[in-house]
Amino acid sequence: MLIQLARGSLSNRLFAVSLTVFTIAISIALLVLVEQMRSQVREGFQRSVSGVDLIVGAPTAPVQLLLYSVFGLGDATANVTWTTYEELAKARTVDWAVPISLGDSHQGYRVIGTTAEFFDRYRFAGGQNLAFDQGEAWTDLFDVVIGAQVARQLDYELGDQLELSHGAGNVSLMTHAGQPFTVRGILAPTGTPIDQSLYVSLEAHHAIHIGWERGVPRPGSGLTPEQARAAEAELQPDAVTAIFIGLTTRAAVFGLQQRINDYPNEALLAVLPGIALQQLWRITGLAERILLVVAGLVVLAGLLGMLTALLTTLNERRREMAILRACGARPIQIAGLLLLEAFLITLAGLVLGVLLAYGLQLAAAPWLLAQFGIAIGAAWPEPTLLLVLAGIGVAGVLVALIPATLVYRRTLADGMQVRQ
Amino acid sequence: MTDAAAAEPLLRLTDLRYAWPGASAPVFDGLNLRVAPGEAVFLAGASGSGKSTLLALIGGLIAPDAGRIEFAGTRLDALKRAERDRFRAEHLGVIFQQFNLLPWLDPVANVLLGCRFSKQRGERAGDRAAEARRLLAAMGIDEAGFSRRADQLSVGQQQRVAAARALIGRPDLVLADEPTSALDRDRRDEFLDLLFGEVRAAGSALLFVSHDRELVDRFDRVLELDPLKARGATC
Repeated sequence: MLIQLARGSLSNRLFAVSLTVFTIAISIALLVLVEQMRSQVREGFQRSVSGVDLIVGAPTAPVQLLLYSVFGLGDATANVTWTTYEELAKARTVDWAVPISLGDSHQGYRVIGTTAEFFDRYRFAGGQNLAFDQGEAWTDLFDVVIGAQVARQLDYELGDQLELSHGAGNVSLMTHAGQPFTVRGILAPTGTPIDQSLYVSLEAHHAIHIGWERGVPRPGSGLTPEQARAAEAELQPDAVTAIFIGLTTRAAVFGLQQRINDYPNEALLAVLPGIALQQLWRITGLAERILLVVAGLVVLAGLLGMLTALLTTLNERRREMAILRACGARPIQIAGLLLLEAFLITLAGLVLGVLLAYGLQLAAAPWLLAQFGIAIGAAWPEPTLLLVLAGIGVAGVLVALIPATLVYRRTLADGMQVRQ
Repeated sequence: MTDAAAAEPLLRLTDLRYAWPGASAPVFDGLNLRVAPGEAVFLAGASGSGKSTLLALIGGLIAPDAGRIEFAGTRLDALKRAERDRFRAEHLGVIFQQFNLLPWLDPVANVLLGCRFSKQRGERAGDRAAEARRLLAAMGIDEAGFSRRADQLSVGQQQRVAAARALIGRPDLVLADEPTSALDRDRRDEFLDLLFGEVRAAGSALLFVSHDRELVDRFDRVLELDPLKARGATC
């Protein structure tokens, strides 16, 4: 009964009410977006490293090692020697060790030199294996395996030929010309940076860099593909960028990490991906908290906007209150009418805001995928977020207690008479 | 007319005293007044003579400082505020001078407001929507006007919708606070004809406050407010 009156009263002031609802919706959308993005991006990063117990690289910040070895963000400053790789691979508790070499790209996508074992060992999203959508791992020295996103964006099929560029990024001045690679395999989508990468064998990576010791090709020193194939057995790199290590038992992880960090022959850094991620979140955590506080303040502003809107209607509504009083409405019912209106406004703002946030999130998803290889979906809000949203609904009603109290007092004083 | 007043009254105010909070002089000091069931009473008084205060007292919106208000056998002055509200919803119909309607509702919904806050009154109305339409038709609102917003009706139409609202569910008493002052003479007479017809049909008493003495012939009894206000006056 009251709800019909509240609805009628709201639709009577449709324009003003819509603006209020929209203000609240935008503030809610901001809050939901910040919170959802935070959890989704974290999950996206988390799902990119699974099954790797240790990442070993040249000494740097742990977060940096994680970012350049797994996410292709930033560059390595130094390498790990091949001798060290071989020794680590032989260590007692090491189940497998997969080296990677970075530094090349193809149309902005990262090229990774590695061993075929990579495709067997790498895990994502809590233990899923990499799978070939089409084709297989390299058979020829100049074969390349490409990620799902690379294949889709650049429209590559099996058998297509492509050339690599020296250095990362979209603009690359130097290409490894005359050394074309053939697409031999296309990986199934993973929603991780794997999709954004191209994989060549370490030998091929080494071969195309012969003569590039100073960062630019020495004239006449490069190998032709035929020469390289002939010398394949001797194409062993001197160094790699990083090493992914899996252990026979996870219990050994801290012991091995300690030993690697104290490695006598070479300065090394070993990080646990999970711990490095935690450090990363500690760094971004401050920014996230600031964003959350800002979003919270915007929500507060939205609710205050509603308060203002309700208060400004009070005078013009005095007559309506008097009519309802004359019909036998109790002051508490009239105050309740106002609370109900506030609740409906807040509820509409909440629903619209969540929809808006999801819309924006879906719109931003392709960009995030392209930039960071992080796949985000429109996940159901986390319980804490739902709780916060419910809290905002309650806050909307609490805020409306102010005009409701005013109305309550005023109806008592006015009676059936509208006093100006 | 005195016969009706002599019978067991519908409404009896005895030695009523009321002063607005903070006011130095009371509006009423020993007011006595009776209205019999079904009686139409004209209450005459200049503006500022306390008519609205009297209606607020009878409506139970304010409580007297002293004295008794008996309405249909109930001591209104002894009731709690919420009970007075419920009593008003059940037993009273009110028509203001103007601005009687919620502008965003159609006439039918406005009339239904009259029985919305009391279950008994709703039950007395029977099929509420049908009764609302019947009353509107009886008050001379044509069907085409039923679905319009109330603020699109003319002032005369709005007053007739207000009368229909006051009458739905057959209240014991209709309080009318200068309901014709916003109408021209023709509209006024038309309004009163329709109002009286339906008030009689519903069997309600009518307490009609106005300063327009041209109307007094239609009423069973005429009271001057000013002489009633202080002790010693008789009704």
